[in-house]
Amino acid sequence: MTDLTSLGVKEIRDGVRAGSFTAREVAESFNTAVADAAALNTFIVTTPDHALAAADKVDAARAAGETLGAMAGVPIGMKDLFATNRVQTTAASHILEGFTPRYESTVSQKLWDAGAGMLGKLNLDQFAMGSSNETSYFGNVTSPWKKAGSNAAMSPGGSSGGSSSAVAARIAPAATGTDTGGSIRQPAAFTGICGIKPTYGRCSRWGVVAFASSLDQAGPMARSVEDCAIMLGAMAGFDPKDATSLQMDVPDWEAALNSDLRGKKVGIPREYRMEGTDQAILDSWEQGKAWLKDAGAEIVDVSLPHTKYALPAYYIVAPAEASSNLARYDGVRYGLRDLPDGVGLQDMYAATRAAGFGDEVKRRILIGTYVLSAGFYDAYYTQAQKIRALVARDFALAFEQCDVILAPTTPTASFPLGSMNEDPLTMYLNDVFAVPASLAGLPAMSVPATINANGLPLGLQLVGRPFDEQGVLNAGLAIQQRANFTAKPEKWW
Amino acid sequence: MSNYRIQGATGEWEVVIGLEVHAQVTSNSKLFSGAATAFGAEPNSQVSLVDAAMPGMLPVPNRECIRQAVRTGMAIEAQINAWSRFDRKNYFYADLPQGYQISQLYHPIVGEGSLLIEADEKAGIPEDKIIGIERIHVEQDAGKLMHDQHPTMSYVDLNRSGVALMEIVSRPDMRSPAEAGAYLRKLRAILRYVGSCDGNMEEGSMRADVNVSVRKAGEKFGTRTETKNVNSVRFVMQAIEHEAMRQVDVLESGGTIVQETRLFDPGTGTTRTMRSKEDAHDYRYFPDPDLLPLVLEEDFLAECRASLPELPDAKRKRYVEVLGLTPYNARELTAEVETFARFETLLAETAKVIGKDEAAVATQVANWSLSVAPGVIKALGDDVDPANATAAAQAGILAMQDKGEISGGQAKEIFEIVLKTGRDPAEIADAEGLKQVSDTGAIEAAVDAIIAANADKVEQYRAGKEALFGFFVGQTMKAMQGKANPGVVNQLLKAKLG
Repeated sequence: MTDLTSLGVKEIRDGVRAGSFTAREVAESFNTAVADAAALNTFIVTTPDHALAAADKVDAARAAGETLGAMAGVPIGMKDLFATNRVQTTAASHILEGFTPRYESTVSQKLWDAGAGMLGKLNLDQFAMGSSNETSYFGNVTSPWKKAGSNAAMSPGGSSGGSSSAVAARIAPAATGTDTGGSIRQPAAFTGICGIKPTYGRCSRWGVVAFASSLDQAGPMARSVEDCAIMLGAMAGFDPKDATSLQMDVPDWEAALNSDLRGKKVGIPREYRMEGTDQAILDSWEQGKAWLKDAGAEIVDVSLPHTKYALPAYYIVAPAEASSNLARYDGVRYGLRDLPDGVGLQDMYAATRAAGFGDEVKRRILIGTYVLSAGFYDAYYTQAQKIRALVARDFALAFEQCDVILAPTTPTASFPLGSMNEDPLTMYLNDVFAVPASLAGLPAMSVPATINANGLPLGLQLVGRPFDEQGVLNAGLAIQQRANFTAKPEKWW
Repeated sequence: MSNYRIQGATGEWEVVIGLEVHAQVTSNSKLFSGAATAFGAEPNSQVSLVDAAMPGMLPVPNRECIRQAVRTGMAIEAQINAWSRFDRKNYFYADLPQGYQISQLYHPIVGEGSLLIEADEKAGIPEDKIIGIERIHVEQDAGKLMHDQHPTMSYVDLNRSGVALMEIVSRPDMRSPAEAGAYLRKLRAILRYVGSCDGNMEEGSMRADVNVSVRKAGEKFGTRTETKNVNSVRFVMQAIEHEAMRQVDVLESGGTIVQETRLFDPGTGTTRTMRSKEDAHDYRYFPDPDLLPLVLEEDFLAECRASLPELPDAKRKRYVEVLGLTPYNARELTAEVETFARFETLLAETAKVIGKDEAAVATQVANWSLSVAPGVIKALGDDVDPANATAAAQAGILAMQDKGEISGGQAKEIFEIVLKTGRDPAEIADAEGLKQVSDTGAIEAAVDAIIAANADKVEQYRAGKEALFGFFVGQTMKAMQGKANPGVVNQLLKAKLG
């Protein structure tokens, strides 16, 4: 019998439907794999019973001849940014340690409704702030990948590093991620998997711990474009509880997948050719162009002139929103409360937040507070919003000349944990290619392209027009078919 | 021009007043959540996940709250902004779960409008005056801290957290406590006419932040102070009076006014420092990224406009011009929603029963509504069952009076019995003998007898002592045991006395 943990979403779904194996067998296999992989520190809590209960429900439904949902029998990892009913939800922070909501996020509920089960809550950068998964209160996540000739623990990327690590290590067939400025795409690229951030508003933010509300988007992380299409279909949809939710039907992305790109134009943004980008990345980009051309697309040069301002603007807008979004963690109603003897309210706030937030979270709260302060607001926040509008306009103009944009996902491959901590700016730069699409609210995906000389995966990024997830997925599929990315990490854990 | 001045040692000072009124929007649920808004519920029984700012919760605007703010804006003939936006006002306090209040700083839903306060000599408002209203925006209310529940800790009640408020900001156009009082009363009336706020100041549905400064006539505005959360018209007037005096004292003793936030103490009628500008918060306002800009469609605006009732100024004008009421009566009747509602119901009923136009009976109904009926009710005190004062019963009394069947005095007596017992007015008039005699024969006989018995007075009257006419009326009424129709008595006496 096949090792069930080698299977992806589509294979599990189809196998359960066909009766090749039961959902329970799948859940048990993954539960075991999860229990076996503690060394990766991918999960903050595991929920094997949740996975089994969901599987049993699917098996019973199948036995009763009922129609099975799109994710029936697929056990997934849930990024611990999504509130899950009666399961601890921490955002990888101390301040929410032990917090157990009595509500379920819209996205996770939709996945359960589609027949998925939960293997556990995945580790992440604290409050989704980080690009290496080193800011979690619950410890670093380690990538299953190793650099050739080195035993150093590698970064799985961030903030959805638990998700990327789990999917790459085959301890989950798929996982949810969230992307504020690259948090799905960069970890996907680092670990040789796929991940798509849909158009802003496609997935409800209700019940997702907020980082930067105008940028946060949930999306799937899995090992194939098809799997991403299936899972995104289960996650997306209008939610009246989220005022920024898109009031649009969800297309059947899986059914419309088509890698024939004849008649399509692929834009290559010249400003993404930046100093500091690895030669191997630039080479893979060239390779990507060739693959898409082979799929029938015409390659055109496009310009996104405000690209270099995108990252600075992002690091104003996102912290500004975060400084306000995180004000609710004050020790008054839930979560950590540090109330030294005999002190007043202000001291309680100070003590609670000092103890409850990690350094990177504090740094961003301070930056955000600063840029919104009287006297600085116009110079920073207002300017950043203008840049954001210009970045969005760059894309709108580029999409008059092309249908989808191809770019690297990251300027480098994964790096050893602890190697980038000297200067936060170096770390921020890792999201330089991911952030513009976030600022513009566009659908964007990373697909694995190749392995570099050190044996580490590299990803390619596709960015589409608003609401055109299909165009992004189709181009991604064309690359997947040609890249033939079969490399997987050697099991060492 | 208000003639209100403060007499200082260095001369007269003028007071400049602006009011920021917080009015709780009448709505079953909160501004951004589905939780209920009833007053007086058990602490924390009306709190949704959104109101408690649980992780991942999001605000969704409540259409009804927006509608009420727009209708209020239309009622003060203000500019309605079809595009507005919510901003976050950031500060930490235990009654503010999100750590920010969702408000509208940069783009309020309602722009410039105005409100008319009417001349009231007695109150010191010599002429009608227009008070400018700068804006109305909608925002969330905060929760409430309870300090009396535990010896060392404070408790938090979040029932009010997230309730919709309208902040109605006036221009600094008022110049006396009386004008401020009139503005508040008028604003309250408009809100209650529109139905966008119940105006209940005791329950905190309406409270005012009072901005006061003083200046010598013709000088530019002085530095202002803001006295927070004053919750009655009387207290607002007291706060202004005290604060203006205090400022004059400070200035005249060589001091300067500090821009600061003050608190009003209802016990002493004085204000005291709450916090000065130096420790003012930096609220770090920015557009709320959880909410899209609020865009009002044309048909929504049309519905808001169509749903507006007749407003106080229009009603008052109609009462004078169409119903022929005195300006005083018109003002009294239109001041409160309950008053005009009762009046208009009774007016319609009376016109129907008598079979005349409303205008023909309006003055009679107005006098009854404003003085006769309240007088009777007041005199009876606790013996009254107000439910007995139906429009039908009162219209019945007014109709009998209109036909001359009963006198004014009898009308009051009958109304007393109605109030106590709920009996039918016509039945009371018959059973209790509370009818006046209009039978010319009976009255003529009485008149003749009195003329015969008072020949001397008749002579004096005919010689020009016309004041004696009242004597003859009195004697006749006495002879008729008070039940003669005074009109008939007058007419007969005039004819017989020559």
